[in-house]
Amino acid sequence: MTAIGERAPTFALPDTSGAYHEPGGAPATVVVFTCNHCPYALAWHERIAERYPRDSAEAMKVRVERGELDGVPYLRDESQEVARDYDAKTTPDIFVLDADGILRYRGAPDGDHDDPSQQAAWLRAALDAVLEGRAPDPPETPPVGCSIKWKE
Amino acid sequence: MRVELLFWAGCPSYPQALSDLREVLREAGLDPDSVIVREVESEAGAATERFVGSPTIRIDGVDVQPPGDEPVGLTCRVYRRRDGRVSPTPDPADLRDALRDASLTPVLPAPSSSLPSTRTRA
Repeated sequence: MTAIGERAPTFALPDTSGAYHEPGGAPATVVVFTCNHCPYALAWHERIAERYPRDSAEAMKVRVERGELDGVPYLRDESQEVARDYDAKTTPDIFVLDADGILRYRGAPDGDHDDPSQQAAWLRAALDAVLEGRAPDPPETPPVGCSIKWKE
Repeated sequence: MRVELLFWAGCPSYPQALSDLREVLREAGLDPDSVIVREVESEAGAATERFVGSPTIRIDGVDVQPPGDEPVGLTCRVYRRRDGRVSPTPDPADLRDALRDASLTPVLPAPSSSLPSTRTRA
């Protein structure tokens, strides 16, 4: 498991059109482990996507075509290898990396999936801190959501 | 009246759903501890129980928010609150309505015969 301050695992995963994406090349990168049908992921989705933009690949394509991801790359971790490398626990589980790929924040978007007014406050604060060269405070919160079902 | 809550341990929302359900029962003057809580532990169990996700709440066998054609399985269930928000638990207003509907459904007297009596609902 990657601790705060350590380099996060790299990966290359395909989006719904088959184009591969890797973290990095930006002042900050947010990696969100999510799911098409988890009610927590869906409840938080707009708050997460807004800030900076039934688990089949076809269902993912539908969401992209509907504009639900607003240009954010929606990648498929078919083997779950990346999720294991990140030690993701739930959907959603959020990891914020700095420009050097160092993990700076990990956890939930905000304190309550059921309160839209929270506006993904923890994620926003972490991103703002990373973009300003500061350490997020807190650097870690417990991820909340559907537990990830692991393939055998 | 039989009030059941079925859950899958991999979804964290059932304690809140159980709390909401007990509160609704309490408001209605019913015993909040009368809820039958059952864990669904396998995909086969989900199929047997017609379990489309956790939590599932049934009153006299009727789902408080009919799942339509949702597939059965061990997963968290997606509910819609009355204000349209996605939620991992049913709207307490839906619980109240389901409870009211169940309490209003009349129970027909058993027909007289030599066979053991059965209770049916209209």
